[in-house]
Amino acid sequence: MKNCLVVDDSSVIRKVARRILEDLAFEIVEAEDGAQALDACRKEMPNAILLDWNMPVMDGLEFLAHLRREPGGEKPKVVFCTTENDVGHIAKAMRAGADEYIMKPFDREIVEAKFAEVGLI
Amino acid sequence: MTPQEFDWLRAFLKQQSGLVLTNEKQYLIESRLLPVARKAGLASLSALIAKIKEPGQSMLAATVVEAMTTNESFFFRDKTPFEHFTDTMLPKMLEARARERRLRIWCAAASTGQEPYSLAMCLKDAEAKLAGWRVEILGTDLSTDVLEKAKAGVYTQFEVQRGLPINHLLKYFTQIGDTWQINSNMRSMVQYRKLNLLENFSSLGQFDIIFCRNVLIYFDNKTKVEILERMAKMMPADGYLVLGAAETVVGLTDVFRPMTEKRGLYQVGDGTAPGLRSSSLGAVGTAAPIGASRFASFGR
Repeated sequence: MKNCLVVDDSSVIRKVARRILEDLAFEIVEAEDGAQALDACRKEMPNAILLDWNMPVMDGLEFLAHLRREPGGEKPKVVFCTTENDVGHIAKAMRAGADEYIMKPFDREIVEAKFAEVGLI
Repeated sequence: MTPQEFDWLRAFLKQQSGLVLTNEKQYLIESRLLPVARKAGLASLSALIAKIKEPGQSMLAATVVEAMTTNESFFFRDKTPFEHFTDTMLPKMLEARARERRLRIWCAAASTGQEPYSLAMCLKDAEAKLAGWRVEILGTDLSTDVLEKAKAGVYTQFEVQRGLPINHLLKYFTQIGDTWQINSNMRSMVQYRKLNLLENFSSLGQFDIIFCRNVLIYFDNKTKVEILERMAKMMPADGYLVLGAAETVVGLTDVFRPMTEKRGLYQVGDGTAPGLRSSSLGAVGTAAPIGASRFASFGR
């Protein structure tokens, strides 16, 4: 079974994402910010990371930069999932090593399409 | 809506567009036609049906036909046909048409443009190999409304996230407020035309590749065969027909044969004689060509 780390400071978003991803047969680990997410990755590198941008303590972009420098940190497919929907943000995320990008609001279909795009399903 | 009204609507749609409204498609009526009724200031589907029976209501009748025949469309829908396009059809055509350096593609149910633009993106991705080639993509649809949207090439944030890789969004689209418009160099690669597949379409000329996905399902078998046979006449022996994931010609007609291991991909007859009818330049000579100025040129 593949596992996905869901990183978002909103518990509602985490719940919505969990429901969608569990239906896609992912085992879910949750984190509320980038720092928690980094701890989780150091314990066990997930196959996929659904990543919010704006979060307290450590934001998504900073987390991604740290992650890609970790041993094995190049492996997880990172899909941003954020309200930041302008070209500048998207390009910055992709340059930082994201694999795909979801602009909120999202639905089941979009998550499925994006995860399929990067070969996770 | 009474059963009598449903029967009348079913007969009306069949006669106007060839659309076969099966019982399992009944659910579509409400979701597609209630907005039409509302827009026309009518309170119910019954009122809408009564209205289109009146003489002089052909505009409203056309709107009803369009609403019922419009498909939902995604970029790179089903993915595989576009992989076949890039990995099978395009390399074969690059070889077979090396002399003419010309390729004609028809999207027979272009809808709001996602399919022709997906092909345009595939072609742009392969640009290096297409230097000096003239590639034409024609998108046709029954509905004027969807074609207007296709021409504008403006999509919502939802639409650009279904099937479109983020890198393609960055590369080929421009953000306008909350929407995304496909860039003008991509729009100019596709020409759109209103067309009912029930009518004679031989004047469109010859096509090397025809995408005809998820539209034949709306027709009965006799009409399907008739359309397929007319399409076969517009294709060289090495041309490709692409049908939807749930569609097939098997058991319907043998003018096309399925390609082994290439789901959804068909060729005319036995497909082993490129060169016999392969010159799209020669073949198109007598037909009304689509304006040459609109051809997408690569490498110029």
